[in-house]
Amino acid sequence: MFVEILFYSFAAILVASGLGVILSRNPVHAALSLVLCFFTSAVLWLLIEAEFLAIVLVLVYVGAVMVLFLFVVMMLDINVEELRKGARYHAWLGGVVTLALIGEIVGVIVQRRLGIDATRGAAPLPPGYSNATALGEALFTRYAYAIELAAMLLLVAIIAAISLTLRKRRNLKVQDIAAQVAVRAQDRVRIVKMEPERKP
Amino acid sequence: MITLGHMLTLSGILFALSVAGIFINRRNVLLMLMCIELLLLSANFNFVAFSRYLGQLDGQVFVFFILTVAAAESAIGLAILVVLFRERRSIDVEGLNSLRG
Repeated sequence: MFVEILFYSFAAILVASGLGVILSRNPVHAALSLVLCFFTSAVLWLLIEAEFLAIVLVLVYVGAVMVLFLFVVMMLDINVEELRKGARYHAWLGGVVTLALIGEIVGVIVQRRLGIDATRGAAPLPPGYSNATALGEALFTRYAYAIELAAMLLLVAIIAAISLTLRKRRNLKVQDIAAQVAVRAQDRVRIVKMEPERKP
Repeated sequence: MITLGHMLTLSGILFALSVAGIFINRRNVLLMLMCIELLLLSANFNFVAFSRYLGQLDGQVFVFFILTVAAAESAIGLAILVVLFRERRSIDVEGLNSLRG
């Protein structure tokens, strides 16, 4: 009973903050609503005993991705009113598409049922079961190549993001190491023979 | 007792909300990116729920990879957004017609 109350209250918070993301006028409010969404989802994943992913969601999404989003939102000076023109027409269109999508999903589920009984709870986990240990064993044995590919993907993303936003600035005083190394003494120092100023 | 149906319904609601959000904020690239994040979150909900209720861990491994790809996607998307804003002083999707597509 207590678990159900928790589930329904957090589900309500999740849906409300999802509405906040899609309807808020201010992008900062939308980003903060999305942060609340991720926190609430992490709590719901904890409720169905996916502890490791819940923590990863908070660390990766709230800690990294949403900070990046907030940073970009605050860095750009966006004219929000200009961008909301025509939102009413788009909302109407979106409503139609969304209803069609819901109809399709419900149709597939009702038609095929997939042989799954959706009304039963999860089987209780054995005592001493650790979600993180089990997930780690799967990740580093069966999915070892896949996780290395994911690491490569992240590296490519880092390089792509940096090279996209890197900007060569003119009039910047920087060292040119090659020119410094290639310099010769006769380019820099000129020895001039001259008479002494005062006669001894 | 939370059943599989509860989780699937919740993820369906979230998915529908984010699809509607993509349509409502059709001119704002930033909010579209946020709606895509929400959409991926609802897909992750399905993976976690099926993984838990069918007693197979592979779904949670997939969520791990989806999180990786989503993080990479949002990083590159935001980089493109910054470059776009630097070029045009606006992030309006309607103005992106220089390729005449």
